[in-house]
Amino acid sequence: MKKKTDSICRAVDIAKTYWLGKVAVEALRGVSLDIERNDYVSIMGASGSGKSTLVHILSCLDTPTSGKYYLENTLVSKYSDEELAKIRNKFFGFIFQSFSLLPRLSALDNVALPLIYRNVSKHERIAKAKEIIDSVGLADRMYHRPNELSGGECQRVAIARALVNDPKVIYADEPTGNLDSKTGAEIMEIFDRLVDEGNTVVMVTHDMNVAAHARRTVKLRDGQIIDD
Amino acid sequence: MTNIGSKLTLSFQTFRSHRLRSFLTMLGIIIGVTTVIAILSLIEGLNRTVAEQVQSIGSDLIFLQKFSWVQTGHRDLDKLAGRPDLLPDDAEVITKLSSVEIAIPQISRQLRKLKYKDNEVSNSSVAGSDENYSWVNNYVVESGRDFSRDDVLHRRAVGIIGSYIATNLFPDETAVGKDLYLNGHRVKIIGVFKEKGTFLGNSLDDYILIPYTVFEKFFPIPRGSLWSRVYGGYSISIKAKDGMKIEETIDQVRELMRRRHGLGFDEDDDFELNTQQILMDLYQSITNVGFIAIIAIAAISLVVGGIGIMNIMLVSVAERTREIGIRKAVGASNNNILAQFLIESIVLALVGGLIGIVFGMLLAWLISAVSPLKASVSFWMILLGFGFSASVGIFFGIYPARRAASLNPIEALRYE
Ligand SMILES: Nc1ncnc2c1ncn2[C@@H]1O[C@H](COP(=O)(O)OP(=O)(O)O)[C@@H](O)[C@H]1O
Ligand SMILES: [Mg+2]
Repeated sequence: MKKKTDSICRAVDIAKTYWLGKVAVEALRGVSLDIERNDYVSIMGASGSGKSTLVHILSCLDTPTSGKYYLENTLVSKYSDEELAKIRNKFFGFIFQSFSLLPRLSALDNVALPLIYRNVSKHERIAKAKEIIDSVGLADRMYHRPNELSGGECQRVAIARALVNDPKVIYADEPTGNLDSKTGAEIMEIFDRLVDEGNTVVMVTHDMNVAAHARRTVKLRDGQIIDD
Repeated sequence: MTNIGSKLTLSFQTFRSHRLRSFLTMLGIIIGVTTVIAILSLIEGLNRTVAEQVQSIGSDLIFLQKFSWVQTGHRDLDKLAGRPDLLPDDAEVITKLSSVEIAIPQISRQLRKLKYKDNEVSNSSVAGSDENYSWVNNYVVESGRDFSRDDVLHRRAVGIIGSYIATNLFPDETAVGKDLYLNGHRVKIIGVFKEKGTFLGNSLDDYILIPYTVFEKFFPIPRGSLWSRVYGGYSISIKAKDGMKIEETIDQVRELMRRRHGLGFDEDDDFELNTQQILMDLYQSITNVGFIAIIAIAAISLVVGGIGIMNIMLVSVAERTREIGIRKAVGASNNNILAQFLIESIVLALVGGLIGIVFGMLLAWLISAVSPLKASVSFWMILLGFGFSASVGIFFGIYPARRAASLNPIEALRYE
């Protein structure tokens, strides 16, 4: 039995089925997973094994077809869209493979974006975003737009955006997938540092070297966990 | 609600990046609001002119006549001609009513020509009334004198001329004391009326007034034609007592005339009581047609402009699917996204409305500059313009905004 107290996210027997017309695609088939405070988890598996789907459900971007999902012991798998939006905003930070920055906004405004949906005043938003963007080493780039930044810089902006809400868990879906190995290594250093500072990180990767940074590796195949 | 200010800034950013497209989208609303503002302000200007004119008749005057000023449907001249004539005696009796200040008989005829030495005027008219005429009708005798009771009683051949006749027949001599010939009868000019201007385009200064007793002698009422039996006789101008409700006076006069004409309770009136209100009502009903036309134009441009906005917003939602996904991923709720896109379409519509208001005012101003029409823009039209475009923005923006709000964040993030 796991200690209830330290678990932030607990998925119990999660299944997710997509319907393509009449064809059912079972992306997840009975996945149970616990994420504890200050965990550093990598999720591995072949393409199509359900890694992204799992991360989407864990991060409340999507809801499971069946199974239960608890956040700090509260059942959230039946929450409404509005409630899930609040939870995403309060609990999680996201980093996607393809940076996912808003092209018309400066790096600083991109980082401050989650705070807008928390009704933080403009003054505080800017102050907080500046502090975070500084911590990922981009203080001199904060007024640039994404198209004026390199891939590695964009991903650091995305990390800063994920951090700006002081999230309980940071989810990253193949964060180094679009980067060369050197830049990827720099990004991984940031993740390592974040975990050292007490953050919880869950990342999807199929790169063994990247997964080696994590303390724990979850292996998926055909929508099921085969190793944890 | 999240920070409205930052959302407004956001929508303006969108416009800046798509200036031409936004302008084309707003064209429908611009044209609609421009037309509505221009037409409304022209109608409003016309309203003022007409109201001023009609009110110059005097709101306390009632005209007892055989015919109504306002005809609905076919005018049955035979029936009107068969009605009993109205006579100076009637005026005398009506004057005695408690709610009536005074009633006077009035009669008039068109004159082909008036001549004095080498000068002549054509198409003037001659009117017959009594010594209270200028008081009841707000005329002022500028030089010479007004009629006296004796002039009327003793059928003195005296006349007061309007300023138009005075300046045209007597350009460089005084008119008072001169003689004019009406229908071969000599009339001595005893006074000149002060200029009164025009009424609905007709000069009010182009006539000569003589005592009605003299008028009857010089211009016997032709009994022949239907037309002259309806329009050629006397009408009685009745001035209601100050502070009296005009409806009350009308009721009293009606009752009296019905009695004098021996009408039974089931018979219709065989006379008409005309007031300025009748003219105002008629004018109102004409301009109401104009307003209906405006509503039609407004409705069409509303739909055209609205569809333009809806279209562009749908394009915008599609183009920004990924943005919506990102926003939702970092915590934007459906309502946040809805508000973002709705505000954008409202701002788009309002900017169009603003341009339309400015264009409409310019157009109205231009029309009044080059034509006799006078435009008058009032504040409520501007409000209407804004209200109109805001509603278009809301109504046609809600569907695209809903669509944006209901996007699944995962699907939206996948979108490239
Ligand atoms: N929106 C969707 N509609 C239909 N099938 C989907 C959808 N998303 C994912 N899938 C399917 O679910 C399976 C798991 O996908 P995913 O979680 O993206 O895998 P991974 O991230 O491990 O590559 C795949 O077979 C994929 O085709
Ligand atoms: Mg994936």
